[in-house]
Amino acid sequence: MATLASDLTSSNPVRARRRMPRALLAASCLVAALLLLPLAFLLLEARQVGWPALSQLLFRPLTAGLLWNMVRLAVVVTALAAAIGTGAAWCVERTDLPGRRALAMLLVLPLAIPDFVVAFGWVSVLPAVSGYGGAVLVMTAGLFPLVYLPVAASLRGADPSQEETARTLGSGPWRTFWYVTLRQARPTILAGCLLVSLALLAEYGAFEILGYQTFTTEIFTEFQVGFNAPAACALSLVVVVIGLVVLVGEGSLRDRGRVARSAHNSRRILPRQRLGRWRWPAVGALGGVIVVALGMPIGVIGYWLVRGGSSTLPQTASVANAAGHTVLYSAAAAAIATILALPVALLAVRSPTRPVRLLERSTYIVQGLPGLVIALALVFFALHYLPFVYQTSGLLIGAYAIVFFPLAYVAVRASVMQAPVALEEIARSLGQRPLAVRWRVTLPLIAPGLAAAFCLVFLSAVTELTATLILVPTGVETLATQFWAYTGNVSYGAAAPYAAAMVAISVLPGALLGRWFDRRPARTGDLP
Amino acid sequence: MKVRSDDEDVLADQIVEEGSASPADLIYTENSPALEYLQDKKLLAPVPRLTLDRVPSRFNSPASDWVGVSARVSVLVYNTRLASAGQLPTSVMSLAAPRWRGLLGIAPGETDFQPIVTSIARHYGKAAAVSWLEAVKANAEQHVYPDNETLAARVNSGQIAIGIINHYYWYRLKAEIGSASMHSAIAYFAPGDPGYVLDVSGAAVLKSSQHQRAADEFLAFVVSRRGQEILAHGDSFEYPLGSGVVTARALRLFASLQPADLTIADLGSGAEAVALLHQAQLL
Repeated sequence: MATLASDLTSSNPVRARRRMPRALLAASCLVAALLLLPLAFLLLEARQVGWPALSQLLFRPLTAGLLWNMVRLAVVVTALAAAIGTGAAWCVERTDLPGRRALAMLLVLPLAIPDFVVAFGWVSVLPAVSGYGGAVLVMTAGLFPLVYLPVAASLRGADPSQEETARTLGSGPWRTFWYVTLRQARPTILAGCLLVSLALLAEYGAFEILGYQTFTTEIFTEFQVGFNAPAACALSLVVVVIGLVVLVGEGSLRDRGRVARSAHNSRRILPRQRLGRWRWPAVGALGGVIVVALGMPIGVIGYWLVRGGSSTLPQTASVANAAGHTVLYSAAAAAIATILALPVALLAVRSPTRPVRLLERSTYIVQGLPGLVIALALVFFALHYLPFVYQTSGLLIGAYAIVFFPLAYVAVRASVMQAPVALEEIARSLGQRPLAVRWRVTLPLIAPGLAAAFCLVFLSAVTELTATLILVPTGVETLATQFWAYTGNVSYGAAAPYAAAMVAISVLPGALLGRWFDRRPARTGDLP
Repeated sequence: MKVRSDDEDVLADQIVEEGSASPADLIYTENSPALEYLQDKKLLAPVPRLTLDRVPSRFNSPASDWVGVSARVSVLVYNTRLASAGQLPTSVMSLAAPRWRGLLGIAPGETDFQPIVTSIARHYGKAAAVSWLEAVKANAEQHVYPDNETLAARVNSGQIAIGIINHYYWYRLKAEIGSASMHSAIAYFAPGDPGYVLDVSGAAVLKSSQHQRAADEFLAFVVSRRGQEILAHGDSFEYPLGSGVVTARALRLFASLQPADLTIADLGSGAEAVALLHQAQLL
């Protein structure tokens, strides 16, 4: 996600402040420490379990099987998501594809539908969609927007002169696409791919429904069966190591991914590639993607809503009651994550010294930790050190804020980068005190970014399942937990209203978000 | 009253971790091992004699600190289009035979699966139990499901031919989707077969409870005639155990069941079954 921020705003010059504000530094250190807590707890727990026990739990055929399942899924899904995401972005941004405006919106929306609901959509009507094949289908459908979104943004913001030059030199459209456009977009595509891999590593619900065994499903089972915290801890360590390796890969790509451009703000209109007789096949292909990723889950939810169905499982919370809790927890977490992101973003953008960059990097580590691992680490911590917070709403909200901090950070950092320092300096020179400047100048300037951060976190928290299942307070059900209880019981008709509510709540911020991403980069090919 | 619902192992583990600070007053579990585990940790309060006497003693805690509430048995579920009753094995041990490869589904992550493993280990020893598990794992291949509900539904819809479940999952599925949608049936193992396991659901009061009297009253109610009548008519399709109440559902008569000879103490805390599942790489 951090890649998005740097890509979207790299055109903006940054001026370093001479003096590093001490309060900002202190606040940022606190935030970084908070974000590193889960990792620290995990290591602490691993130490308690001890190496002999850990190695026994790690080096066995089961771990190898899980690793193989993860790798063969990650390779295929990432490749497919890259192909679909890039192809869709090119069609929408660079060609005369009919209906591209509507498609541009529809191609983002699958992000608003949690992958476990997509899995439910398929499995509840076609139980044969399961195992490896089912996992490839569902995860590709759910995750390709992670490539589509940044690639579309980078195509829109990219300097068209290279493509122009290639075309005037007689290079055909396919050659131009292959050798110029794709080359320019490559860092963004790769970064999108890494986001897809991280999401695959963290996913739990969809794999459980599809009956596909991965690290997360096994960690959850170990947590549920046989009182086996050490085994859950050992497997969590493997996931964390894989996650961090992927992250480091992303980091090195981000550093290399600077693209040269002829001039800033070059707003030239590149004539759209005519698709000719490929027009309708292209529309058909993208339409197919949307049907699989969006139409199927929404259609199936509708089908079950109409059909209904009784469950022998008693209803513990009405849809309204569960929705109330979901909204409350998600909004609280969104506010907290946004507030936490602010000092780090201000510091990192305005005083990018070497220690500050290190501090910023340390907050990225959270991205490599699946929600499940963070939740289990917090359980361990609460039970041993703060028993009174265990299974309170505070711990759940805190977990959400940590899990989704990276999303808030991307949005906040991007808006801080675009807020001109000069305006603050003018205010200072007019005799305003620093805090007043922050309040009256900086805050209004970055308000849209804060709102976007809030939406991003809120949207993700509404559809969060794994950490919620583990940390939800006693006597409380959220939309996700109640949906999960019914789905686990194969009572699809009873589960559908909760899925519908989740999707309804997440679609509005999702649409707002789509518009925000749409406005960010300079529009190149889309000017009226 | 505040209810926290989760897998019995998660709840038992949570109570052990919380120790004497646990806010829980009562625990009501699907199977006896979770209660025996808490009993081992000395976290349960004794159940009043009058309450225990409502239930035949073989279904209660040997140490008198939890009371049996209901029971169910493990059975085979089979898809009537993919298998016929005559072909089905009469012993759970036969499921290890190669002829069931690709036809058998299991849900080894379910706590309901552990008593079967324990039972086999009691009858034939741990080594035999592990090789049985390994063979069953190979037979089930891509048909390892997260829970018995899913397993029952997948057998019914024909994804897989047969599976081991507890009887009530099949009856609940039938109540939910209607007889017209049922393409499966259940079959019992031969009398006394180690796969024919009777599991007991039970409830207990925690030693650390701040509301011992109210909690004791709840237990007394659960095993009273009124409490057991609710179970007898409810959607759980389990066999009531207390106050002489008989299920009102169309189940095989409780008195005619002939499960393996296995006591609550034999089933223990389930730790051994988990170790065996680990050994067979099913966990």
